[in-house]
Amino acid sequence: MKRVFIEIERCTGCKSCEIACAVQHSRSKDLFTAIFEDSPPQKRTYVERAMNLSYPARCMHCVDAVCIKACPAGAMVWDNELERVSANKDKCMGCWSCAMVCPFGAISVRKPQRIALKCDLCGSRLREGKTPACVEACPTKALRFGDIEELSRLKRLSMAETIAYSIRQEVIEKNPLIILRQSGGF
Amino acid sequence: MIIKNLDIPSQRLIEKAMSSRIETPLERLEKQSPQCGFGQLGTCCRMCYMGPCRIDPFGEGATAGVCGAGADTIVTRNLLREAVGGAASHVGHARHVVITLKRSLEGKAPYRIADRDKLLEVAFGLDIKTEGRSETEICLDIIDRAIEDITRQDNMPMNWLKFRAPKKEFETWHKVGLLVSNAHNEIEEAMHRTSMGNDADPLNLLLATLRIGITDGYAGLHMATDLHDIMFGTPRVKAIEANIGVLEKDTVNIAMHGHNPVLSEKILEWASKLQDEAKKVGANGINVVGVCCTGNELTMRHNVPMAAHNLQAELLIHTGAVDAMVADMQCIWPSIAKVAECYDTKLITTESFVKIPGSTHVAFEPEHADENARKIVNLAIEAFQKRKGKDVYIPSEKTKAFTGFSLEAIVDVLKKVNPSDPLKPVIDNIVNGNIYGAVGFAGCPSPKIRDTRMTELMVTELLKKNVLVVTTGCTAHICAQAGFMNPEATEKYCGNGLRTVLRALGEAAGLQGPLPPVWHMGSCVDNSRIANLLRALAEKLDVKISQLPVAGSAPELITEKAIAIGSWLLALGLLVHIAPAPRILGSPVATKVLTENLETITGGKAYVEMDPVKAAQGLLSHIEKKRKALGI
Repeated sequence: MKRVFIEIERCTGCKSCEIACAVQHSRSKDLFTAIFEDSPPQKRTYVERAMNLSYPARCMHCVDAVCIKACPAGAMVWDNELERVSANKDKCMGCWSCAMVCPFGAISVRKPQRIALKCDLCGSRLREGKTPACVEACPTKALRFGDIEELSRLKRLSMAETIAYSIRQEVIEKNPLIILRQSGGF
Repeated sequence: MIIKNLDIPSQRLIEKAMSSRIETPLERLEKQSPQCGFGQLGTCCRMCYMGPCRIDPFGEGATAGVCGAGADTIVTRNLLREAVGGAASHVGHARHVVITLKRSLEGKAPYRIADRDKLLEVAFGLDIKTEGRSETEICLDIIDRAIEDITRQDNMPMNWLKFRAPKKEFETWHKVGLLVSNAHNEIEEAMHRTSMGNDADPLNLLLATLRIGITDGYAGLHMATDLHDIMFGTPRVKAIEANIGVLEKDTVNIAMHGHNPVLSEKILEWASKLQDEAKKVGANGINVVGVCCTGNELTMRHNVPMAAHNLQAELLIHTGAVDAMVADMQCIWPSIAKVAECYDTKLITTESFVKIPGSTHVAFEPEHADENARKIVNLAIEAFQKRKGKDVYIPSEKTKAFTGFSLEAIVDVLKKVNPSDPLKPVIDNIVNGNIYGAVGFAGCPSPKIRDTRMTELMVTELLKKNVLVVTTGCTAHICAQAGFMNPEATEKYCGNGLRTVLRALGEAAGLQGPLPPVWHMGSCVDNSRIANLLRALAEKLDVKISQLPVAGSAPELITEKAIAIGSWLLALGLLVHIAPAPRILGSPVATKVLTENLETITGGKAYVEMDPVKAAQGLLSHIEKKRKALGI
């Protein structure tokens, strides 16, 4: 299962993801043309300020999604092919139950219809083997796209390295005997 | 993942760099991509510390910065600052030449007056008495007029503006209030105007951008060209070779990079004087080659080959055959020093305000020009000794190119057809349609679109439709490398009408073949030569520049200098094609004024098109419109 991982400490608040998201959802998919389109394209990702950090908030495509359960019209559905939560434009009646229950505030208003608008995980890009537009646009790699297992493993490795480093600093270098023991020289 | 493919020699050197794991411009571009949307649209403001502020181009987020400036204010302020960067570069360049010539006339620096005709032309244009006076006296007066253009406080129009501006455009600028007086004041006022809490009126800011454009044109480009010609001679048509293949394995190769002939002329002189020193260490001699615009300066006046445009400067070093790359000012990428470290190449910087970590700095002062130049050439010879015997990789491709098309050189050729009225044959052929129109190409080789062969395809399309092409700057390197600057190109690319005219001119000039269809008119400051040609045509026909069937193009925009030059050309009344889009599209007002409304004031108009064939068609339909309006 592939997801966008957010590393909040890397986000500089540049909003490149927002622009890339809007452009991806424009008719032309080109920045310079998109700004002249009659109904301006809407973004589905929102860089929010969080204490001294910033956070690119968006739909997390929950497997057990409350928005799906809350939707009385059956508009919020699980898409098995791309493993994402999808909002069906034809079924949505704009009751905002999804918005009320979503813990991430991922739902906004699609104009001009005034129905639910949310991240679609860039389905068309995924089918072309690309990453979502926000991920591609992020200059600091605060957004990463990949398999959950793989991303988690990278996170484990990174944490392991941090711990190993501090142990090395605090313990090993103060006790050279440990190194000798490790290298079999004792 | 590199997907771009450049021309063959560049591509081979890029592959060589990649196989040695040395980062190339294309990889750096890839790592920068996708680039910031706010930046590209011009809607990011960093003028004060309440920001940085950004305006949401899609209207959902912020519509004003903390101070209340909206997209129109932010975009036009940013545009003006870009133009200032360009004008400061050209005015700085011109001032450097002025001061060097002044010191020389005072006997403190080793330069002299090389072109008496140009000296007298400039003196006449500036209303300086010449009768019974020595060249030095006349020239000192010229220097005073030049210095006046960067010091006067009386708000009177600049000397060079009165001298070089076309009459009708001068009148238009007078009416609109664009007669600039003092380049330094204009640059200062533009920086002041754009700092926090000053000008917020997008129209006023756009007018200021035109002012900076005009400043750039007369106190930068024209002044620099005129003084270069006085000091080093006015270019005449000559044949040279172009492309990376002009490097020689067993010779001391000195690549001159930058813009200012004050340095490169001296290096060329000393390279010739020190040939024997090079031979003593086992080299065949010294081979001075030109990169970027100082390369254009050298190749316009001497038989110096054109080795590389700006984007190829660091690729040139990957040949392993460059012993010294000697740089003065502008467009010297810091990456060059990093690449040079991987070879036996010395990157030598010479200007106190252009220092690059990893390079060798030899301060080049006009007063000590000879000593400094000798030292630099000797450093190159030393570097050769280290390199001698090592493998080099010089892609063999090179082309023949004619350069040196100053207005004077063009008139010389035309005089052979019609001695009493040299412009008449050109005008007759424009009227009868053999020459459908003319387009001036200027600017840079953009790594963003170099793989689309933007310049080459546009030129090919235009020549097919009998449009004569003139070019300056790095675009001239691209055209030379593409083979557009030799007589064969006339046979290969031109429509029947243009081919007939160029054959006749070539025959009259005694070239034993047609004139090339793309004329190399010099460095980027030499856009002044294109302006002189336009002025000569417009005044002969008693029309405005904007009525001529001509256009300009910066097909691969990189620098702020291009923004300044483009603003000047808009003020002169030209259609200016630009790619990639300048950072104005985030402002509805700037976009509308520059692409539509301005036409009703100066006749100028910006035109953005990324597709080479469509862009050429756009220029052709503009030329068609102008021809119809003239009734031809």
